[in-house]
Parts: sequence; structure tokens; C-alpha cells
Amino acid sequence: MRTGFMLKTRIIPCLDVKDGRVVKGVRFVDLADAGDPVEAAKAYDAAGADEMCFLDITASHEGRGILVDVVARTAEVCFMPLTVGGGVRTLEDIRTLLRAGADKVSINTAAVKDRNFVKAAAHKFGDQCITVAIDAKRVSATHAPPRWEIFTHGGRQATGIDALAFAEEVVSLGAGEILLTSMDRDGSKAGYDIALTRAVADRVTVPVVASGGVGTLEHLVEGIRDGHASAVLAASIFHFGEFTIPQAKQYLSAAGIAVRMDR
Amino acid sequence: MKLTIVDYGSGNLHSARKAFERAARELSSSAAIEVTADPDAVREADRIVLPGVGAFADCMKGLRLVPGMTEALDDAVKRRGAPFLGICVGMQLLAERGLEYGMVPGLAWIAGDVVAIEPRDPSVKIPHMGWNTLRPCRDHPLLAGIPSDETGWHAYFVHSFHLRIGDRADLVAETDHGGRVTAMLARDNIAGTQFHPEKSQRLGLKLISNFLDWRP
Repeated sequence: MRTGFMLKTRIIPCLDVKDGRVVKGVRFVDLADAGDPVEAAKAYDAAGADEMCFLDITASHEGRGILVDVVARTAEVCFMPLTVGGGVRTLEDIRTLLRAGADKVSINTAAVKDRNFVKAAAHKFGDQCITVAIDAKRVSATHAPPRWEIFTHGGRQATGIDALAFAEEVVSLGAGEILLTSMDRDGSKAGYDIALTRAVADRVTVPVVASGGVGTLEHLVEGIRDGHASAVLAASIFHFGEFTIPQAKQYLSAAGIAVRMDR
Repeated sequence: MKLTIVDYGSGNLHSARKAFERAARELSSSAAIEVTADPDAVREADRIVLPGVGAFADCMKGLRLVPGMTEALDDAVKRRGAPFLGICVGMQLLAERGLEYGMVPGLAWIAGDVVAIEPRDPSVKIPHMGWNTLRPCRDHPLLAGIPSDETGWHAYFVHSFHLRIGDRADLVAETDHGGRVTAMLARDNIAGTQFHPEKSQRLGLKLISNFLDWRP
């Protein structure tokens, strides 16, 4: 087990939230209300998660207000870092979420549409709270040198933008972290796209969070050891109780990856 | 006892207030926690917390834009000796100068400059973002009961700059991120943490409790 003065690898459970409710619910522990994101975040806080991530998939404007309330209620009971993303389009959106208690805000489509938004946000609120979420899909043929492009709208809309070049550009504009999701692997349980993760992590100076495809604890190890990610994000393996956060940490630790065991 | 969190348009005030309220509750302390932008309230506060998130220049500008606030802080902390805790950029503002986005004068309560973290190993990622342990440089009441060193409890950091201390006597704890990074400082009734106690779960709540009890 590696200890010592070093930054520990972060394990980040991510909840999809719609109209203030967890999509599909969380079943890893007996919660009074499995659909309440605040209850779920509390349970993850108690389990020793290193950060929490809420991804808002609400379409309506009214739903946004509900999300801000969820963030505020979470910040009242959880003393761990919280990243909130989904539908963040303006500096006012960011300010509202940060004031409600988010520590980092993740920007996705708005960064693809307007790179200067990333610059303005980083300058206003500091690099450290601006995460750019990149959804990438492999576009090269199987045996050709790999190439990934940015997709928006849940992976349905191609943009023609090279994922590596985009990652480098948003970092130069002030993104403090990249949340990198493989749209090929998302929901597959086949593991992270390691080639993609490594290509981006080796290219940028900021931490990269690996996302999309986790089905086993070994996948988490691969994301760090082979993908060079600084943090691993996962959803269903935690929400549905296949593995607990302490189990994941013990597994990483046994594989020689430094994690935080106190909580 | 009145603990005042200074609102100058920067920082995660909501989280900070909730963490202080919870620590006060757990201590059965009668501390009243208030968030205020009123310099007169700051001048009279028993304990003062200065949070701060973002860039040094932007935060310093925000603080100076509140009429009378830096004078009120001087009165309460420097002249009257009220216990003071700066968090993250709120700690960095105590330096003589900040060198992020140009050179900007700070409050100059602590000798030193706020400089970029420059890891020796280029593969070390900046910002320093996540959980790290503390290496104490001396004893301090705010660290009482907190296991430190390599196997100790972890604190949550998120920053690209740190306060390079001018007088080593002010240094309370360091951490390591490709080199030494200032984690905590103190001088008389003034203390500051680069990490976020309000986000550091057990370590954070313990440190906040210690601050509520601190009699410098």
C-alpha cells in the first residue's frame, strides 16, 4: 500500500438528477427515499466518497430551480466536495450553483459552442472550480490510429471536433479539470476507454477524471494505472450496491494506488 | 460568542456557514454564526472567518470594494486580537503580494508572496486538487486531536497557487505536491488554511471545533 505525502486518487460517485430526483434511484443502502439526491449524497459522504457529482438532465427551466435547491440542501449535510453539471450555459448559472454550495461546476455543450465561455468562467471564478466535461467517441477505423471526436446531446450529435485538441484548448483557456466520458463505453460495463483516457491525460496539465463504462473494480485500477487519470467516476456499480466505496478503495490500495482510507 | 464569516462576493459561504454551525452544535457551543458584508459587524465580532475562492486579484479587489472592510479587519484582528481564520484564498490574501494575474498587494499580515505551485516533476497535475495529508512544522491548538503525517487524516485542497512564507516561524503545516506546499500558517491570533476545512469531513470539523475553542 502506498501512503505518504501525495495526492490521493479520488473516487467519485455520480448521480443523474432529473427534476430534483435521482434517475433510476439508488439502492446501495436502505434509504428512506432512494430517489432523493440529498439522501444518496449523505450516504456516500458517510461511506468515504472523495467527491460527489450531480449531473442534471432536467430539460425544463423550472427544474433548474429545483436543482439549485438540491445542491443547497446537500451542502447543508455533506462536508465533501460537490461538482454539479448539466445545462450550465451562463456565468450566472455558475454563480448560482457555487453560491448554493457547489465547489466545481462542469461545463459541456456551452464549452463546445463557445470556447470563450470557458475563459470567462475561469477568469471570474478561478480555474479550480471550472471542470470541462468532454463526451468523446472513437471515429477512426478499428486498425487505424485512434482518433476521437466530441459529441454532444448525449452522444447523438457529432461536432467534428478532435477530442485531444479540444481538451488541450480548454485547458489553455483555464479549465481546471477534465471530466472525460467515452460515449462508446458509457453504460457498457466493459471498462473505460483506456487509450482515450491516457491520450488526454498525457496531453493536458490538469487532472483528468475517467468516466464511462465501469463494470468491475479492476476497471477503476485500469483507469488510474493505464489511463493515467487522477480520479475515477462511476455510477451504477455503486448505486446498485455491486460494490461499496470502501471496497473500491481497498481494491485500489491493494493494486498499489494511493487512496484516502480515513473519512 | 459571535463568529462572523466575511461576505465579500467570493467563496462558498453557504458550505462554510453550515460547517461552522454543525461544529458549534456538536460542541454544544452557544456560538452564533453570521455571514455578513457589514464592516461594523466584523469590527465587533468575537471570531472572524475569511473564506475565498477564485483568483487572488479578483478576491482582493472584491474585499477592497466593500467600503471600510479592510479597516474593520485591521481593527478587529490586528488591534483587538480577535481570533481569525483565513480559508484558501482567504488565507492567501494575508500575504504581502499575490503574483497570480499580475502583482497585486495583499493585506500584508504575513510575510510572503502567493506564487504558482511549480512541481519538479512535470507529470504532477496542477491544480493540486483532492485529498492530501499534513506535515506539521510545529504544534498548534487548531491541529489538536488531528492525526497528521503520512498515515494521518486527509484535508481537501484545490488550488494552483500557494503562500510562500517569508518567516518560517509562521508555518504550521506543509503538504507535498511535487514539492513543499504551504498547508497552514499562524501568527498570534491569526491562522489560515490552504485546504478547505468546510469540505474536509472529519479533519475539517475537528479543526473548526478547535477554532471555536481557540484562545490565542
